[in-house]
Amino acid sequence: MKEKILDRLNTQFKDSIESVNEYRGELTIVVRKSEIGPVCRFLCDDTELRFDSLRDLSGTDYYRPHDRFEVVYNLYSLKNSRRIRIKIRVDESDLHVPSVTSLWPGANWLERETYDMFGIHFDGHPDLRRIYMPEEFEYHPLRKDFPLMGIPGSLTLPRK
Amino acid sequence: MPMGISCCAIEMMAFAGPRYDVARFGSEAFRFSPRQSDLMIVAGTVTYKMAHVVRRIYDQMPDPKWVIAMGACTSTGGMYRSYSVVQGIDLFVPVDVYVAGCPPRPDNLLKGLMDIQEKITRGEKPGQREKVYIRETAELDEGKNSRSA
Repeated sequence: MKEKILDRLNTQFKDSIESVNEYRGELTIVVRKSEIGPVCRFLCDDTELRFDSLRDLSGTDYYRPHDRFEVVYNLYSLKNSRRIRIKIRVDESDLHVPSVTSLWPGANWLERETYDMFGIHFDGHPDLRRIYMPEEFEYHPLRKDFPLMGIPGSLTLPRK
Repeated sequence: MPMGISCCAIEMMAFAGPRYDVARFGSEAFRFSPRQSDLMIVAGTVTYKMAHVVRRIYDQMPDPKWVIAMGACTSTGGMYRSYSVVQGIDLFVPVDVYVAGCPPRPDNLLKGLMDIQEKITRGEKPGQREKVYIRETAELDEGKNSRSA
């Protein structure tokens, strides 16, 4: 199955795949950021692969000079009972990533969460607002440079 | 007013249920409208976002009114020492009784309720710690309170 996935991907996206890694049966493919939309569309619509379910979408902050963030897509194929993980690297200078809500409507809240926690903007998202933190909050709490106890005065308590 | 916000609420249900049976102490009527309540049991982790809701419901309760802070999270933030969790609800509402435990056993919450009844018998007014928490809130705003560091 792994070979089939890679073969199918290589026919169309040979230049967009940055690296492929398999660890304990978990296949991870790192894709160029600009190509994530077409790659996801292909994986979702391809009649043989049919990764029709987006199980999770999240971000990571590696706090390094280049490609600081990653956005991770965990896909599942109901047809083949197979999971893959797609990653894209996002540099701090350009935090815009195409949204995948048109493919998997479930990505809506997941992208809002990633936006809330890391400040990654999903272009084409129907309603990109914060999901956990208050809307007037100015920071992104899961970034490594955000202090654990928060920034004093950034969150208000009701006045007695 | 059962303000069940997280896992403490499960123990609060046991406290109301037949095994522990708060009705034995004359307080079985849980009301789900603040306008019919005189005691708010805050049972669970209160985040900054939820704090405004808790405060508004408290404000909607008619006087005289009492507050029980049930469990470690509600009283002090508990194990959630993080940016999103209020480190004790006494920073924004007056608390009459703190119930220890994570979560407290229903017996412990019964003891908290009896403490409230005792306070009423002694003629104490609710929310008498008012002056104390206003000072704490002011210090928190200035960043002086060690709990905000």
